[in-house]
Amino acid sequence: MEKIVYQKSKGLTDATLSYCPGCTHGIIHKLVAECLEELGVLEKTIGVASVGCSVLSYNFFNCDMQQAAHGRACAVATGIKRTRPDSVVFTYQGDGDLASIGIAETIHAANRGENFTVIFVNNAIYGMTGGQMAPTTLIGQKTTTSPFGRSVVDHGEPIRISEMFATIPRASFIARVSVHNVQNVRNAKKMIKKAFQYQLENKGFSLIEVLSTCPVNWGMTPYDALQWVEKEMINYYPLGVYKDNYENK
Amino acid sequence: MAKGRIEFDYGKCKCCLLCTKFCPTNILVLDTTKINEKGYNLIRVTEAEKCIGCAFCAMMCPDSVITVYRLEGSKV
Ligand SMILES: Cc1ncc(C[n+]2csc(CCOP(=O)(O)OP(=O)(O)O)c2C)c(N)n1
Ligand code: SF4
Ligand code: SF4
Ligand code: SF4
Repeated sequence: MEKIVYQKSKGLTDATLSYCPGCTHGIIHKLVAECLEELGVLEKTIGVASVGCSVLSYNFFNCDMQQAAHGRACAVATGIKRTRPDSVVFTYQGDGDLASIGIAETIHAANRGENFTVIFVNNAIYGMTGGQMAPTTLIGQKTTTSPFGRSVVDHGEPIRISEMFATIPRASFIARVSVHNVQNVRNAKKMIKKAFQYQLENKGFSLIEVLSTCPVNWGMTPYDALQWVEKEMINYYPLGVYKDNYENK
Repeated sequence: MAKGRIEFDYGKCKCCLLCTKFCPTNILVLDTTKINEKGYNLIRVTEAEKCIGCAFCAMMCPDSVITVYRLEGSKV
């Protein structure tokens, strides 16, 4: 007899993802969906889609979804969670959305200790609009708005969101993960699940930063893009748990 | 008998080739003779009897194309 050991998560709809071939937005969607399914909370989950390539994620997650204006996902999630405290609430935001136009909303939601989960997809670029520089673009990285490579003098250093949010007292759980190989995909899922578990235990704000690829705007094959994450991105954005207010307490 | 077996939801495949790169037994290859309705070439299993049902291919597939089966009692 054979048994199924892997199949599409029930946390995803049957819609075909709108992402480019090999884009790891798809892997991250699967992990969020699998966690919600395994925790048995799909029926009471409300996700907040942001603006960016994942703007259509309301078609892909098999739970209630709300679309927020660019950068405002954490403000919208605050309203949803406060009026429906029994719901599981998450935002799904890119680095343009969260680290640039939405940085204020995100910081203040963390500072208030809002009890929801942020899935922060850091692909070091604005994907949807054609590959412009993001606050997270690496030094030397060429984009359409930094054709000679990002320079510290002109553009400042890339912002490390996880480290920055770890300084906020009421942020409960902050971790940076990656999905560039099987081992890291497994670990990323563990961290996302822990974030949702904390929310279910009313432990407050959690943010999981996931290093992700944009093969199209990076100008690489999907596999080479995964290797670029491993060789270049992780150097500047080290993986790990940056804050856990409840570990050993 | 093979320890594992995989099935593709071919209509969803985008030919990103990530599954072929992560299969530890190297049995997944690009099949340029087949194409789906989106215009992408498909992936073919070369030596099905070598599949160990590890699901690495499926875990790395961004589009949930692959379902993995494993013989009951067999370990990866
Ligand atoms: C108010 C407003 N300003 C600018 C835009 C244009 N815009 C659309 S998506 C985007 C950035 C998306 O980048 P990111 O959040 O990194 O997501 P990705 O597409 O890379 O997944 C911008 C600037 C907009 N839609 N609305
Ligand atoms: S543009 Fe980049 S981030 Fe957007 S779907 Fe394509 S590969 Fe992914
Ligand atoms: S289940 Fe494992 S062995 Fe079988 S095709 Fe997939 S990656 Fe290869
Ligand atoms: S990883 Fe998935 S989408 Fe990519 S080629 Fe393999 S089956 Fe197709």
